[in-house]
Amino acid sequence: MYYILDSVLDMTGSVLAAGDTVDTPRAGPVIEVRDLRMRYGDKEVLVGVDFTAAAGEVVVLLGPNGAGKTTTIEILEGFRVRSGGHVLVLGTDPADGDEHWRSRLGVVLQSWRDHGKWRVRELLAHLGAYYKDYSTPGRARPWPVDELLEVVGLTAAADTRIARLSGGQRRRLDVAIGIVGRPELLFLDEPTVGFDPEARREFHDLVHRLTDVDSTTILLTTHDLDEAEKLADRILILTRGQIVASGSADELSRQVAGESEIRWTCDGQRFVHSADDATGFVRELFRQHGDAIGDLEVRRSSLEETYMKLVRAAEGSA
Amino acid sequence: MTMRIVRLGLSRGLVEMRQTLTNGFDVFGYLLPALLLVGTLLLMRDDTIPGTDFSLGAHSLVGSLGMLTAIGGVMTTAQYLAMDREDGTLLRAKATPNGMTGYLIGKIVLVAGVTVIGCVFVLVPGMFLVDGLRLDMAGLLTLLWLAPLAFLATMPLGAVLGSLFDSARTVSVLMLPIIGVTAVSGIFYPITAMPGWLQGVAQMFPMYWLGLGLRSALLPGSLVVAELGDSWRHLETFAVLGVWSVIGLALAPGILRRMARRESGSAVAARRERALSRVTV
Repeated sequence: MYYILDSVLDMTGSVLAAGDTVDTPRAGPVIEVRDLRMRYGDKEVLVGVDFTAAAGEVVVLLGPNGAGKTTTIEILEGFRVRSGGHVLVLGTDPADGDEHWRSRLGVVLQSWRDHGKWRVRELLAHLGAYYKDYSTPGRARPWPVDELLEVVGLTAAADTRIARLSGGQRRRLDVAIGIVGRPELLFLDEPTVGFDPEARREFHDLVHRLTDVDSTTILLTTHDLDEAEKLADRILILTRGQIVASGSADELSRQVAGESEIRWTCDGQRFVHSADDATGFVRELFRQHGDAIGDLEVRRSSLEETYMKLVRAAEGSA
Repeated sequence: MTMRIVRLGLSRGLVEMRQTLTNGFDVFGYLLPALLLVGTLLLMRDDTIPGTDFSLGAHSLVGSLGMLTAIGGVMTTAQYLAMDREDGTLLRAKATPNGMTGYLIGKIVLVAGVTVIGCVFVLVPGMFLVDGLRLDMAGLLTLLWLAPLAFLATMPLGAVLGSLFDSARTVSVLMLPIIGVTAVSGIFYPITAMPGWLQGVAQMFPMYWLGLGLRSALLPGSLVVAELGDSWRHLETFAVLGVWSVIGLALAPGILRRMARRESGSAVAARRERALSRVTV
């Protein structure tokens, strides 16, 4: 993990020394989605999705299987043509995105297994070279290979054939390829599936580094609520083709009203109670029982509880 | 900018060509046809081309280069395309700026290179077993127009066929009609020995003409007596291969574009799922 911290410090230093920052901030949002609809035959997969993402924001798309997460991300990547609605990604409709637009995006999809005969460094150098013509003074493209290898922790595997990488190494290579062009916007579809806890932690550091140093905007999908909570500036909960809630983990749990849990003991007896206004409830508790109260614990509902409630409510109403 | 993409495509093709020489599976793919052909040449050691005292082996060796070129252009292209679709290589190219152009150039270099290497693997041992091969100035000139035309006539066709199949495994069924065409194309025995209607069928496909063109370049002129109409028919060769090129080039871009447009992460994932379920069944 230390090499990531080191390289973050190095990079921060060099950026500051050079006195220039990344591309000039854009006026509009990086992603703008209004009333996005997708239909396969009779089946409506997206029924009016709305959201925006600002530069440097990490937005996490959370939802059960089949909710339309991958469809949404593929439409934004320009890999799938939508049925209706308004979409702008970096100011361009993905359906008309040209190669220059493409050069500003990074894509990490689920389960790649391409280029098995190539060596790690060889492939990163090859794919990176496509971005050279799109280098700008504020954003030198591509990312130098050796530096990139270090950032994702693949230096030792640089000359390994890709087919021989372990599952975790392979995913890290996928991430490296996704960011080799120093994207302004990065799409990550289930990025940490198959990661061990340490690799997951390193990946989270990498995401923070990308947003802090390169002010990369990130849209990622995940099943992992813990990951969503750690990484997201904003969480979008997508079920049945609609966004049913949006906000930080904290805001979401406030949004699901009245669900704080209060535990305490009174004269050696244990009590549990759920209340809307936890503070008011506790105040009243002390007023009535005073010093008899012990072991007080107030817990706002976790993201997991919030998520389950929101998803169930959405499915119940449909 | 365009020059960079061309260079990237070329280097991509050369890297992948080198990879075929450094792994056992691909090297075996080169050796197998060479071994089969050497065996065949040994069996026909004492045979001669009817009406001449020239060894049949030389005729078959050159003819088989035509076969390898046709199979290389069509089958190898189709197989690589289906494979690259299945494992996500094509989608990766799509996610890279100008990646599709680089991919396509790389694939053309790769297929041409792999086909030439395959021919060398056959030609080198073959030359020790047969007499009478020769290459003069006229033959060289013939090769100069024949080789590019051979790839033009076969690769786009292979690309069209490859994009119709969803997995590298199912592409192999293409081998059946190709074996059929090989059998009637006068590769291992002069086509003049075939019944007339089979000669007609053979002349509709590129393989016969590739064999004929190569024989005209690499065998003595006197052997023309073993060909239809006692002529090398360069004009007809050019015309038939030209027509196949035009058909292929007219169809391939549209079909390839349609195929590329449909590529997405979930399409690759679905194919992967199917491939895995085949393994477990």
